[in-house]
Amino acid sequence: MKILVAIKQVPERDAQVHVASDGKWIDESDLNYTINEPDAYALEEALQLKEKNGGEVVVVCAGPERVTSTLREALAKGADRAIHIEADDMGSRDTLGVAQILADAMKSESPDLILTGLQSDDLGLGQTGVVMAELLGIPHATIIMHVEATGSGLKVKRELEDGWFQHVEMPLPALLTIQSGGNKLRYATLMGIKKAKTKETKTVQAAAATAPAIALDRVYLPEKQKKTEMLTGTPDQVAAKIVEKLKFEVRVI
Amino acid sequence: MSGVLVVMEQRGGNWNRMSFEALAAGQQLAAKLGVECSAVVMGEAVGSLASELGSKKLAKIITVEHALLKTYTSDAYVAALEQVAKQASPAYVIFPHTYQVRDFAPALATRFHSVLISDVIAMHDGPVFVRQLLQGKLNADYRQTGAGPCFVSIQAGTFRADAVEAGTSAIEAFAPSLDAAQIRNKPGELFRESAQTVDLSAAPAIVSVGRGIGEQENIALVEELAKALGAELAASRPICDNGWLPMERQVGSSGQTVAPKLYLAVGISGAIQHLVGMKGSKTVIAINKDENAPIFEVADYGVVGDLFEVVPALTKAVLAAKG
Repeated sequence: MKILVAIKQVPERDAQVHVASDGKWIDESDLNYTINEPDAYALEEALQLKEKNGGEVVVVCAGPERVTSTLREALAKGADRAIHIEADDMGSRDTLGVAQILADAMKSESPDLILTGLQSDDLGLGQTGVVMAELLGIPHATIIMHVEATGSGLKVKRELEDGWFQHVEMPLPALLTIQSGGNKLRYATLMGIKKAKTKETKTVQAAAATAPAIALDRVYLPEKQKKTEMLTGTPDQVAAKIVEKLKFEVRVI
Repeated sequence: MSGVLVVMEQRGGNWNRMSFEALAAGQQLAAKLGVECSAVVMGEAVGSLASELGSKKLAKIITVEHALLKTYTSDAYVAALEQVAKQASPAYVIFPHTYQVRDFAPALATRFHSVLISDVIAMHDGPVFVRQLLQGKLNADYRQTGAGPCFVSIQAGTFRADAVEAGTSAIEAFAPSLDAAQIRNKPGELFRESAQTVDLSAAPAIVSVGRGIGEQENIALVEELAKALGAELAASRPICDNGWLPMERQVGSSGQTVAPKLYLAVGISGAIQHLVGMKGSKTVIAINKDENAPIFEVADYGVVGDLFEVVPALTKAVLAAKG
């Protein structure tokens, strides 16, 4: 089975973010980047499917030069090849625009299966996978916890609200968006890191951006929904203040 | 192209209650723009659901009935709604931000060369749609710039279902043209993993732990605090994903929804998926090292500090207070 995994490079989760001076995005100068966590689970699922069924895992990522570090990490974890779609103007492309350049790069690979995370940790629109499937004309299923290859296609376990699940059978080629937590993530081994240096990374140029359908006008710190009383002091002082609130206001002690 | 169309969600003749929050959003958007609001309900037979909507203030209720719409598939829903949207030609299509909508609405928007503005938490004049970035660290204003229609999904709890305006409405049937050969996925029955043994929704006090705890062995710290308080132990998704606590202790959109007297959040940053599961809590106390963590937006009391210092001190103080 030939599996393509679309991954995104995002700011690290505990990064301190600051709004950029133009108010349209965050200040990127001091940020550290990493693989989007749901995409790490998509990669893990792909590697496990390959281990079970054989085949090839190819990782694909769109963005500026810096995203190649995330591709190298994926190669070190066990992906066979990487495709870097070079684009320095990701911010001016909307979901459809990004899905289009990913789909363009994937089409000629004729994959059996495309995996990606269910959403990104930065924009969180949660749509790139579904839009890619629509552009490629292949079936999709979202928020997937488990994937099983059957004779002719796949049987997947889809997560629904409130602890419900559903099995869905589907033909190949197909696209799945993977939920976090279905597998345990692996680390790159020293051997893997060494091997990654010999693996192929192909660079392709993204087509020019077209007019987006939606635009991000402004980013800003959220307004508080509640008036929060901050409790300060040493740990013991803070603890005493909380206990007082628990006794006299919340009344759970 | 004009008007607002709200896509209601039902399964087996039962509404997804978030549909009415989307309906309230649709009515308010339509009122602001001075246009009409309509609703669409799809399924195999939706007559009684549609008549329930007859008492709402709507230009019309479009019923879309077909045997192939009995069980949800993205292929059938996208095909049917594409036909409805082409005929009704709305300027705005509003959805509740459910798992089902996340599965098909992006594909539907693609058919119109548009992009769904998903997970919206507020609407302002323009219209501008507000959604969160970076797990709630920042808000962002989005606007439609393409030809449209503009597709928007509304996060749970953003609008109140009881704010839906009453009035009258007429039912209009739309016959979609669907073919079994178009439907590629075969959906199975819904199931639950195992009987839930923990009912967090009944707990008067919950101590909940998040990513900030760092390691599995540190969970014991928080467990001791919960025990001292006589509270249930809960967690945000990453903790359950790691297998550090069972899935049934997860609070949030994919776990349980709780509204206890006390919700004490330890090392939880407060992504929207978590907040929707606990923001109904009477009192929220949050302990987090990051003063900008979104959990503080919904907290009554906040402590910016090292949980490894504050939590043991608090456990000791609670035990002392209880004598």
